[in-house]
Amino acid sequence: MTGLTVENLSMRFDLPNGQHVQALKNVSLALKPGELMSVLGPSGCGKTTLLNILAGFLAPSEGRVTMNGHTVTGPAAERGMVFQQGALFEWMSVRRNVDFGPRMKGMAKAERDRITDHLLETVGLQDFKDKAVYELSGGMQQRVALARCLANDPDVILMDEPLGALDALTREKMQGLVLKLWKETGKTVVLITHSVEEALLLGERLVVMAPRPGRIFKEYRLPFAERGVNADLRDVKKSEGFAQTREEILTMIWGMEEEIMGRKERRA
Amino acid sequence: MIVLGFYVALFVASFLVVRLLRRRGARNDLTSRKTVTFGDESAIRPDRTASVISVLAIFLIWGAFTGSRIVPLHVPGPFLGDMSFTYTAENAAGQRDDATVTVRAYRGDKPAAPEVAPGEGFARDDSAVVAAWRSVLIRPADNDQDSGQEGYRIVAIDGQPVGPDQSVEVAQGRVLLTSKGSLNIEPSKGLQMEPIWLPAPETVVARFFEIARDGYQNISLWEHLGASLMRVLAGFALGSLVGIPLGYAMGLSGWFRGWFDPIVEFMRPVPPLALIPLVIIWFGIWESGKIVLLFLAALWIMTIAARSGVSGVRISKIHAAYSLGASKTQILRHVIIPNSLPDIFTGARVAMGVCWGTVVAAELVAAQKGAGMMIIAASKFQLTDIVVMGIILIGVIGYGIDTLMRMAEKALVPWKGRG
Repeated sequence: MTGLTVENLSMRFDLPNGQHVQALKNVSLALKPGELMSVLGPSGCGKTTLLNILAGFLAPSEGRVTMNGHTVTGPAAERGMVFQQGALFEWMSVRRNVDFGPRMKGMAKAERDRITDHLLETVGLQDFKDKAVYELSGGMQQRVALARCLANDPDVILMDEPLGALDALTREKMQGLVLKLWKETGKTVVLITHSVEEALLLGERLVVMAPRPGRIFKEYRLPFAERGVNADLRDVKKSEGFAQTREEILTMIWGMEEEIMGRKERRA
Repeated sequence: MIVLGFYVALFVASFLVVRLLRRRGARNDLTSRKTVTFGDESAIRPDRTASVISVLAIFLIWGAFTGSRIVPLHVPGPFLGDMSFTYTAENAAGQRDDATVTVRAYRGDKPAAPEVAPGEGFARDDSAVVAAWRSVLIRPADNDQDSGQEGYRIVAIDGQPVGPDQSVEVAQGRVLLTSKGSLNIEPSKGLQMEPIWLPAPETVVARFFEIARDGYQNISLWEHLGASLMRVLAGFALGSLVGIPLGYAMGLSGWFRGWFDPIVEFMRPVPPLALIPLVIIWFGIWESGKIVLLFLAALWIMTIAARSGVSGVRISKIHAAYSLGASKTQILRHVIIPNSLPDIFTGARVAMGVCWGTVVAAELVAAQKGAGMMIIAASKFQLTDIVVMGIILIGVIGYGIDTLMRMAEKALVPWKGRG
């Protein structure tokens, strides 16, 4: 079976004070190659835990993750990651960051340079190849992070709030870039976000998670990502169904937040 | 106290003068447009004029209080030349007579005593010679008539009545009548320092050139300084060679950290100077003892720097490297080590500073050569100019080491603080 599947995943661990945390409970998912899925939920719903399990940095207490048929037991180059910020290697130039993966594999320099040049052009940084990464703006750094991930040619790209630290204008531009890269490369993408709008724009599939215990609350199939590939994202936001879906999800998440608060108040 | 007063006065005066002279609004950068600078650290720029005046002020005060030739203004020096005063003696018969004492104060070669005629009356005139800053004891009665008789005594100096163990201010000095009838004459000392306390700047410079040419105690100046530097470099290199891998191991393995934590945390607050006695007992006073001491001084600093360099790596960098397919060795080589370099450089700067201080102190205790040995040996012969010169050289070298380390840091880890 190809693609990324998650079967009955649960994550339960002990805290130092003797209590337990049920971060995830019975999460199941199946992602076909080339799918773009966004994951949304209030803080504490286990979405970062889920991503860390998918990446192989955490071992689930129950269930398993399989990638193209084999069980995931640790990080591997087939599952690339893009982080919020600060994951670039600032002691390397832009070019050395981008070709890090191929270089570690021992790829020939000519081949590496070809890949790097191509990717930097795709993300619009061809003129910044030999700059130090700390000289770039936040948006440009995230472009480097995307290029670095793609240079390694992973099957799945896991994004942990990649645009979370950017200002609103840059963020909109970068959302367009993520869509463009997804369509051009045909990679499977899992994207975690706090922003409902971003989740709608950047998800063919949208999973809403609920906290305590972390679980999948509702799943959507959405047309907006496909629309966004060829259109201005601002037009997509105005398009049919967008505002309505956004309101529906917002209401859902507010409901969860209120339930948590209510539970706390009752306890108090 | 007087020096401090001078210093504060110079500080305030130069501030006022510079402010008066400086045109307002000469600059037009953002900082100069800030209306609120009190409490805004970024708006505080060191005033370089103040730095220059500060250095000049130190030399000015140093020169003024040592009678230096390079400084035009001096505080009053010790009295030099001839001074005189009269004393009044009373003999057994109750008669009184005045006599004059002439005292010649000198610096350098001792001159002959001033020739004085005995004068009239039973009290005869006297003369004496005294070195600057010193006092001289004369017995004026020795040449007076009838001085051996009961009842002979000195009753006044310069007309002021005086009794035993009382002193009188005279022009250019002070005279004390001792209980045995002698006069202790102390010409005024002025405010300048004796060269034995603090030599003039040009004396120190001259001594520097002399020692640079001829060496001190048959060892050239460069050998003294080189010996200290070599010890520092050897101790620091050994300390880094052991400390950095140890720090990495402590940052990467729980067993290593658990094992070495108590040792490192215990040894870290022990000042290296406190180890000198033990190191001398174990390794003797020669080279090996000093290098062991400096090794210990550098070791813990470098261990802790390397450990915090490893602990300080952002987990997303490590995760990114793993998911880009890097092996553990590759992550160590390409992520952990470069990421720890800024911390290691900071540690190296601290360690070099501590080692430099420790080596000088260790040489004060025992050494055949070295900067510390030079100044302690000179102090035993009261060669204050060599001591001052040595202290200045030690400071300059310490500053030079730190500047070099900072330059190396800038060149080698330009990403420091920008991650």
